[in-house]
Formats: sequence, C-alpha cells, structure tokens
Amino acid sequence: MSDTPHSEAASSEPRIVAFMCNWCSYTASDLAGTARIKYSPYVRIIRVMCSGRVDPTFVLKAFALGADGVMIAGCHPGDCHYIEQNYKTIRRVAMVRYFMEQMGIDADRLRLVWASAAEGQHLAESIDQFVADVRRMGPLNWSANWDENDQRLEALEDIVQEHAEAMEVQA
Amino acid sequence: MIGQDRSALRIGVYVCHCGTNIAGVVDVEALTSWAAGLPHVALARHYKYMCSDPGQELVKRDIQEHNLNRIVVAACSPNLHEPTFRRAAENAGLNRFLVQMANIREQVSWVTDDHHEAYVKAQAHLAAAIRRVAMHEPLQRQFVQIRPQALVVGGGIAGIQAALTLADAGKDVILVEREPSIGGHMAMFDKTFPTLDCAACILTPKMTAVKLHPNIRLLTYSSVESVEGSVGNYHVKIRRKPRYINEELCVGCMLCIEGCVFTRARFPNPFDQGLGTRKPVWVPFAQAVPPIPVIDPETCLEIARGKCQKGCVEACGERSAIEFDQQEQVEEYDVGAIIVTTGFRTFDPSVIPYYGYGKYPNVYTSLEVERLLNAGGPTAGKLVLRDGSVPRRVGIVHCVGSRDKNHHAYCSRVCCMYALKLAHLVREKTGAEVYNCYIDIRTPGKGFEEFYNRVQDEGVHFIRGKVADVTPADGNGHLTMTVDDTLLGSIRQLDVDMVILAVALEPQGDANDVRRTFGISCSAEGFFLEKHPKLAPVNTANDGVFVAGACQGAKDIPDTVAQADAAAAKALAIIDAGQIELEPNTAWIEAAMCSGCKTCIPLCPYQAISRDEERAIAVIDPALCKGCGTCVAACPSGAAMQHLFSDEQVHAELEGLMLHL
Ligand code: FES
Repeated sequence: MSDTPHSEAASSEPRIVAFMCNWCSYTASDLAGTARIKYSPYVRIIRVMCSGRVDPTFVLKAFALGADGVMIAGCHPGDCHYIEQNYKTIRRVAMVRYFMEQMGIDADRLRLVWASAAEGQHLAESIDQFVADVRRMGPLNWSANWDENDQRLEALEDIVQEHAEAMEVQA
Repeated sequence: MIGQDRSALRIGVYVCHCGTNIAGVVDVEALTSWAAGLPHVALARHYKYMCSDPGQELVKRDIQEHNLNRIVVAACSPNLHEPTFRRAAENAGLNRFLVQMANIREQVSWVTDDHHEAYVKAQAHLAAAIRRVAMHEPLQRQFVQIRPQALVVGGGIAGIQAALTLADAGKDVILVEREPSIGGHMAMFDKTFPTLDCAACILTPKMTAVKLHPNIRLLTYSSVESVEGSVGNYHVKIRRKPRYINEELCVGCMLCIEGCVFTRARFPNPFDQGLGTRKPVWVPFAQAVPPIPVIDPETCLEIARGKCQKGCVEACGERSAIEFDQQEQVEEYDVGAIIVTTGFRTFDPSVIPYYGYGKYPNVYTSLEVERLLNAGGPTAGKLVLRDGSVPRRVGIVHCVGSRDKNHHAYCSRVCCMYALKLAHLVREKTGAEVYNCYIDIRTPGKGFEEFYNRVQDEGVHFIRGKVADVTPADGNGHLTMTVDDTLLGSIRQLDVDMVILAVALEPQGDANDVRRTFGISCSAEGFFLEKHPKLAPVNTANDGVFVAGACQGAKDIPDTVAQADAAAAKALAIIDAGQIELEPNTAWIEAAMCSGCKTCIPLCPYQAISRDEERAIAVIDPALCKGCGTCVAACPSGAAMQHLFSDEQVHAELEGLMLHL
C-alpha cells in the first residue's frame, strides 16, 4: 500500500448517498462485489429493509450534509418483498422531488432505480450513470446556502417536517 | 435514543483483512488507527480473518476485558457474517443487537480499483457504522412457531423426490401438479443417460409411492394461486381445475375412454408433443398417477355443446364418477415451508428459421423423438417418420438455442448427453447412419465420457461445426444439412431423411409469475435464483421457500434428485426446529407523539396497524408487522418508529458517511 490516507474532503468529485432495500438492491450490490464489477467509488450505500422506509428526512438530510445526489434503489415494481411498498416509494419520491424544487435543488439529483437481486451489473451501471449525471450538474453545496449557524440542521428538519405534514394531510 | 447516556459508550472497532480481499486494496492498519481516534471508540483492532474462531474470540475477550458495550466490524456484507458477530457478542454477555457491520468488501474493496478512493469510502462506511451503533439499543430476540406441513409445487422427478423424502420423515406434504398426472418430463423419456435404464422403470415406482403415501396429499390438475405469510406460516390458495371425473369414485378402469362417442382418437395429445392423438376423455400416458382420466371441456361434445350420447357415462355405469357439472375449486392450506420444483420447458426451435422446424415435417425436436422412441408413445416405440418410413440417415444438431447469444447464452448441460443417447438409440433401433453436429462435446459427469466413447465406437459420426441450414433435398422429404466442418476446414452437405434438434432447456413460460407468487427472484436468464450459488444452493431470498431441479437452472436427473433431497432436508430442518428466529425490526407507535391522523393505517399491506379509538392513536400489532418501515417513513409526526432502523440510527449513519473527515 503506497497510498497515504488523506484527511481532507477537498475533492471536487460528487458525493452520493444511495439507500438500498435489503432484499433486492442491497443484495445486487453484494453481487456486484462478488462478481468484482467496478463502479464509481463516490456512492455510499445505506441499507434499509425496503425502499418504502426511505424517509423524506433521509434524502434532505443527505443534501444538507453535503451530498450532491441521492439514489433510492429497490425491487422492481411488483417484486417488493413487502408486496407493494415500492409503489409507495414511487409516490413518495414524486413528493420529495416536488419539495426539492421548492428548496432550490434540482429534482434530478434524486434518482429512483430498480435492481433485482440478480442485477449487480445493472446496478453498477445505474450508479455510474447517476454519478456521471450528477457530475454534469456540478456540486450542490446546499448547506452553504444556509446560515453557518449551529441550528441549520434543526431548521432544515423543521421545514422538512412541515412539508411532510402538509403533503400527508393533502394526500 | 431518548435519554441514553452517551458518555458511557465504549465502542470496539474491528477491521478485517479478509486475507488480501480487503487488505490488498484498503490500508487496514491506517483505517484502524484512524478509527481509534473517533468519538466513543474504546479500542480498534485489525485482524486477518475476523470471522474465524480467533477473530471472534478477540471480540469476546475485549467485551469482557475492556467493558465494550458496542461492536463494529468492518468486513464483508452483513448478509454473510452479521449473525456470526451477533452471536459472538451474545456469548460474551452483550446484547446481540448492539453490533453493526460496515461492508468494506463487497461495497468497497471488490468494486473499487483506486486504492485511495477505496480507503476514503471505507472510512465513510466505518464512520457511519460507528455513529449508528451508538444509537443501537438492546432488543429481545424474536421467534415464530413453524407449521409442520410442507408444500411441494411441481410433480416432476424433483417434486416427487422432495415430497417422498419429507413424507418418509413423517411430515404432511401437499404436492401440487398442474398437469393431470405427476411425472413431468422424465415420464416422457424412453431411456436415461448414461446408464440407459428405462425412465419409466425407475420413475413409476416413485409415482406410485407418492399416491400410496399416507402423508402425501396429491393435488393434480391444480396450481398455486396465492401465497401469503412468511417462513413458518404460509397460507396457500390452490386452484383445482375441474377434471369432470370424481377422483374419489373413479377406479381407473379407463372404460370411459373406450366408451367415448369419438371412436377414433383425433385430438393432438400434448404429452406426445402432438405426435399422438387422444379423445376428449383421456389420460396422458398409461402409468399416469393418479390413474384417473380427465375430460377436456373444449373437445367434449357434452361440455362444449351440451349434446352427446355420453358413451362415457354409460361405460362408467353405476360408479357414476363422471360429473359434467364440476366447477373449479379453491382449496386453502397452511404450511411452514415450500419447495418449488416447477421444472423447465424446451426451447421452441421454430424461431430459428434456418433449421426448418415447423416447415419441413422431418425436422423434429429431441423431445418429439423421445416420444417416438418410447414404447408407450404414439408409435409404440418404433422410430418412424411421419409417413411411416424408417429413417436411414439421421442428423442431430447440438446446441439449438443454447450457447447462442441470440437465444440463450448458457449451456443447457444435458443436451450433449441426451443427443449422444438419442444417437445410440436411433442406431440401435434402425441401424441408420447418424451424424452428430456439435460445437463442443461436454460430458462432465459420472460415466459420461465413457458413454461418449461407446457411442463413437458404435459408428456414430461426429462433425465439429455449426449447422448453417437445413433445406429440402428433393420433393420426397429428404433434407440437406449444410455444416461448416471446422476440423476439415470445409463446408459439408449431408443428405439425411431426419433431423433432430437438440433443443435448449429454458425457464417455464410463466416462471416470472410463479416467482412472484412465491416471493423469490430470477437470475438474468429467468431461472429461479438461489440464495447463494455455492453455500445456499436450494435456499431463496424468501426464508421458507426452497428450489430444486431445472427451475433453478438446467440440470440432469441425478443432480435434480440430489437437489430435491437437499431442499427436503432444508425444509425438514426448519420444520423440525419448531421455531425460527425473526429480525426484531418491527415498527411501533410512540403514543405520546401520535396525532391519530391515520396516515399509516392504509400503507400497511399486512393490516398490522389499527386505530385505538379510545386513545385516538394508531397501534401496531408486532405479530403482524414484517418490518418494512413504510409507515415509519410516512408518519408526519415521527410517532412511528422502527427497531434497528430508527430515524436516529439512519440519520447517524448518514452523518457518519458525510461528516467523518
Ligand atoms: S423490499 Fe425492495 S423495495 Fe420493498
């Protein structure tokens, strides 16, 4: 190992968080690993049981913490381990995209991907594609738009909460 | 967690080298010393193989000697070794749910070429796990009872074998087959390679055993309509097509077939691949199990048009087993485990126009020839062409639909051997010259290569090359096969009077619906996906559902039987354990925060959420909750929570991913 560990995140590479459901997409990412399929290292994966667990606050918190893109990956429609929850994910993503626009974030920075447990290759390609697209959009730097005060995350979460409530009440 | 004293946290961090799998890409020593400096980390170590006994011992000793109260292991996927480290923690007296893994093998070292980026990503994943585990709380282990019955779906040799093994072990088995008889493809074959034992001689005793076994309930002409529930407790609905013959009353005398007003059998018999004929009341083959005819509603005059002299009813006499008014029925069962053995179908070669199948009558599929060779088949075992003549020169085309990127890229594994078997049988029965045109001959199996040598010694011609096309040689049905002989380096033209296409095995046409019904996955080519190709070959992503036979991938009879027994053993293991552990990742409602808005209630596909009218809040029944977390994500007031995936835990993970540097 000649690499020296670095301690500064000063790079201009995109930073992407991907939420993956345990049953299909996370397994697909394991399969991509087992098959040694190389894909962009700028994506960091969080496991959830189902894409339906992805809370709007997860997405907005990721942006607030400096992510340039967020991916949600689940089972193909009709294949959700919990019957139909990924259809609810589709609707929720539409909602989150809507309030991303209100908050000045390009809605295309949130991407929904379907990958079955067998689709390691497809998942890797989707990640590469998303990284390329986000790179084209450039850095988001959303948190820089906020006051540099310690309360900024709380403020953000309040807004998220308000929007979530507003949307849920309407729905 | 609310009220948790974070100052008391003592996190132990373990970075695994996994030999060179991780350490060859990620600087594990640097990663370990970096992690040691993170908040709440009491100690950090790296070790060659964390999952080994000494690796686990390290964790256990540290928990006791250093008072660790949280464990993070940066290693492979949690799908592989999370149970291992949870058990190690528990053995050292720590609650097993205070453990978190960082996946730095499948998601870092194996997918990243750049060592520097891999290191940064490993740091992120490790920091995320450390932040997350700080939010973990001790949980109770959860178990559910297993119903002692099993369901086997598909009555080919795989299903027969699995059902008999389970039934012999004393378990109640429901065996479902959609055709009128069990037996599957094996019942169509004449001989089996390489031993050439007669397929019926080895199969029919097993079929009879199924019928006679007191522990097996056989449902033929039936299919599984829906499956609900999860491991240990599946509720299954089975749709039973009307046979129009009462199975309890029928004695299998077959007199109704003789009595049918159609004196001549004139409808194509699907079991004979359409080469033979049947009457509207028919059995697929003589040794069918159950030995009960079935009436085809489309061709039966009484059912289709309501007017017939009903010779069958007369022949049946006072047994009165014929019931024209039978209706489709749905039966319901509760089972603890399911074995899916739905088999394969053969590739339809008419989609490859240059082989002339469907155009020239003397081009056959291998399955059609199996029926012609079979003594119980349409020609009583005589290998004759459609005009009744005996073929003198026969060409066999290997790899039809297999190893062909336009169709199936995979090798169907059995075609070389069955093509050799057919070559042998054709020669034995007719003395014809046989030409096997192959790409490669693949004979890996016990006695397979020896069989290949034998067939060569018998004078079968082998031509290495792809068949370019099959064309009519004259107007008399003779055919010319054009082959690119790669050993001679020239194009050859062979005059033959019969062409046999060694067709691929492929997934059943409805495999995609079937996998949805059972909540399992398919691999890219459409065969059912096993949980792990090496270490869990009959398990699936659905814990109580197992697969065996050709529905999981093309394979021969010995491998199918072995796999069926493996699946039966796996099903037995969970049934006999009596209970199975579940992830305690259920959702619950924090009463004080619930506004009673009911948003969550319709989101639950399991009806686990109801409204407590008195308190005007939602409540979740933990026994019904499967832990998807959709209600948690939807709750506008944050009152819905999920064990192991709380908002705090995932938020902490996010912070670790993004802020660690
Ligand atoms: S479990 Fe994969 S999307 Fe629901």
